[in-house]
Amino acid sequence: MAFAKRSDGRKFDELREMEAKVGVVKRADGSAMFRIGKTIAYAVVYGPRQMYPAFLQDPEKGVLRCNYNMMAFSGSGERVRPGPSRRSREISLVTEKALMPALDLSNYKNTVIDVFVELIQTDSGTRCAGITAAAMALADAGIPMKDMVASIAVGKLGDKILADLTKEEEDYENAVDIATAFLIREGKVTLLQMDGELKKEDLIEALKVAKKACEQINKLQVKALKEKYKTK
Amino acid sequence: MGELKVQDKEIVIPGEVLAVGMDFLPANGTFREEDKIIASEMGLVNVNGRLIKLIPLTGRYVPKKGDTVIGKVVDIGLNGWRVDIRWAYEANLGLKEASSDFIDSRRTSLTDYYDYGDVIMAYVVFTTGSKIIDLSMRGPGLRKLIGGRIIEITPSKVPRVIGKQGSMITMIKEKTDCKILVGQNGRVWISGAEPKKEIIATKAIRKIDEESTADGLTDVIKEFLEKECK
Amino acid sequence: MNDYIITLVQKGLRDDGRDFKEYRPIKIEYGVSAKSAEGSARVKIGDTEVIAGVKMEIGEPFPDSPDEGVLIVNAELIPMASPEFESGPPRIDSIELSRVTDRCIRESGFIDFGKLCIKKKEKVWIVFVDIYPINDSGNLFDAACLAAVAALKDAKFPALDGDKADYTKHTKELPLKKAPTSCTVINIKDKFLVDPMTEEEKDAMARLTVASIGSTVCALQKGGEKPLSIEDIDKMISLAIEKNNELVKLL
Repeated sequence: MAFAKRSDGRKFDELREMEAKVGVVKRADGSAMFRIGKTIAYAVVYGPRQMYPAFLQDPEKGVLRCNYNMMAFSGSGERVRPGPSRRSREISLVTEKALMPALDLSNYKNTVIDVFVELIQTDSGTRCAGITAAAMALADAGIPMKDMVASIAVGKLGDKILADLTKEEEDYENAVDIATAFLIREGKVTLLQMDGELKKEDLIEALKVAKKACEQINKLQVKALKEKYKTK
Repeated sequence: MGELKVQDKEIVIPGEVLAVGMDFLPANGTFREEDKIIASEMGLVNVNGRLIKLIPLTGRYVPKKGDTVIGKVVDIGLNGWRVDIRWAYEANLGLKEASSDFIDSRRTSLTDYYDYGDVIMAYVVFTTGSKIIDLSMRGPGLRKLIGGRIIEITPSKVPRVIGKQGSMITMIKEKTDCKILVGQNGRVWISGAEPKKEIIATKAIRKIDEESTADGLTDVIKEFLEKECK
Repeated sequence: MNDYIITLVQKGLRDDGRDFKEYRPIKIEYGVSAKSAEGSARVKIGDTEVIAGVKMEIGEPFPDSPDEGVLIVNAELIPMASPEFESGPPRIDSIELSRVTDRCIRESGFIDFGKLCIKKKEKVWIVFVDIYPINDSGNLFDAACLAAVAALKDAKFPALDGDKADYTKHTKELPLKKAPTSCTVINIKDKFLVDPMTEEEKDAMARLTVASIGSTVCALQKGGEKPLSIEDIDKMISLAIEKNNELVKLL
């Protein structure tokens, strides 16, 4: 079945309008805001700091602890009940796994680097926006990183591979939704989640589209980080 | 053969390629991967011959042996004090290291020396780099700091605040008539006769923290101080 | 201890050069989560930043007010706003912040609850106001109240689709009357200061948060360990009423 046009008029590999800003929470060690379309994510880093409870400490290196949360008014339908849900816990876990390969926490033995991701407004691609913001916040906090991480969701609708799916596109009949994150310089995948049925060739094609999209997102990350540290 | 991909004093982000080729050597804040030298943190590029290093622009304090630090007493035990030095873990100040005098804990209370909330200037004798940090106050200039105020700045900016051979900090001290001590952990103690002058010194030091990447910073601060201290 | 704040105050000075009666610069932004929330706002008082959002649902009224809508105010001290906040169940501070903001709005008559009734005894609008500090640089109380009121002013009813709420369409604004604001006054030694920043909050011996409209006080909350004399409270309330009359003009 052929997929013809995107309802917002974007090209198949085109991303929604994006915005990135670093240093948005003064008291934090590092912070960033990333907006893609109408999804707005804040990420804030505190650390290295003391790790409670002590049995979770790692004597060889620092521990990364991510917490993803949606503000109660950020969902498009009813209010989101505050507090962790199974979904938010899962997203916290994959966020951590998406970021860890980029970090070098060997100088921070027995400590924790806390990353808090808060969604102010959601319109699909929330976990990806959170990861993209978190990577900037970690760099802003001075955490040693071997590479930057950017994240995007791509999908297959009908016979086309699309980048940055909207909610409507995610719900399309037989749509396949693929969340990805890439180490930019190495070009390697750190997050890969998929929903649906897909041939291998299509998946590889989708990953190539995602990689290019992440490189594009990374340009904004670089700009936002350098902006903060430039002297006016 | 080698090619520098960035300029001296350029701001770079983690993962950015700084140089290609085996000619260059990675130093602080950079690492080599195959034939490339790559930045491992947010920093300012510093090229010294073949050595490429980064001056960090941000990041928390990590204790190192020999650092002079300004700490706050947060707990008192039987054998010494626990001190907050802006690290994830509290540092230890033992009885033997707390003073050039001999402290007999059976005769005097530890609080007679340093009480909860007291601010001290000490140095790091030993650290494992994580949970154990041992301090000592036996040495010139190491003492309890009374009065004045404490401000906190980015630890990696401390060298800028001090300046070449102390030139920057001396200028601020002279123009604001304040006593100023800077800890490697990014804590600064300022004590002046007039609170207004303390506030000006505070603003000058925060300005250095925020604008550290600017050219001609010394002149900028000089102008600022002259304007404020009329 | 950092006595320098106390030393400054005794000399009539504040660390950031403000007057005792002066607020830090205030910015209010409406519709920051316009796509999702029924109403939302971001308030900055100096570096302190709070976001509030309004969501509305249809539900049953309370038995003792069968023809009135319901208001639920929830402030969460999320860990991003300060190194001193932790994840987990609400701590005393976030409960105090929720309840003080709730009283500020509820007791002021700001919302006309009667006009939130859809069908007496059966269906009313439930108005949720969720408040999140983004950065705590002191005086979350006033920022939270201002953000909550601003979010309510920004809010519009979801359309009614028979029995259910249709969140894809919004109709008219909420039935609101005069807006309340809150002013927090702290006491250091024998001086009174408004809008405490973090360092001043730590040295405050007592704190009084006063919500008012015009010359009518609608909510009060005292914090801090030091007891206050009636004369002190009189002075603090007068000061707060004066500042609230200025603050409300910003909405």
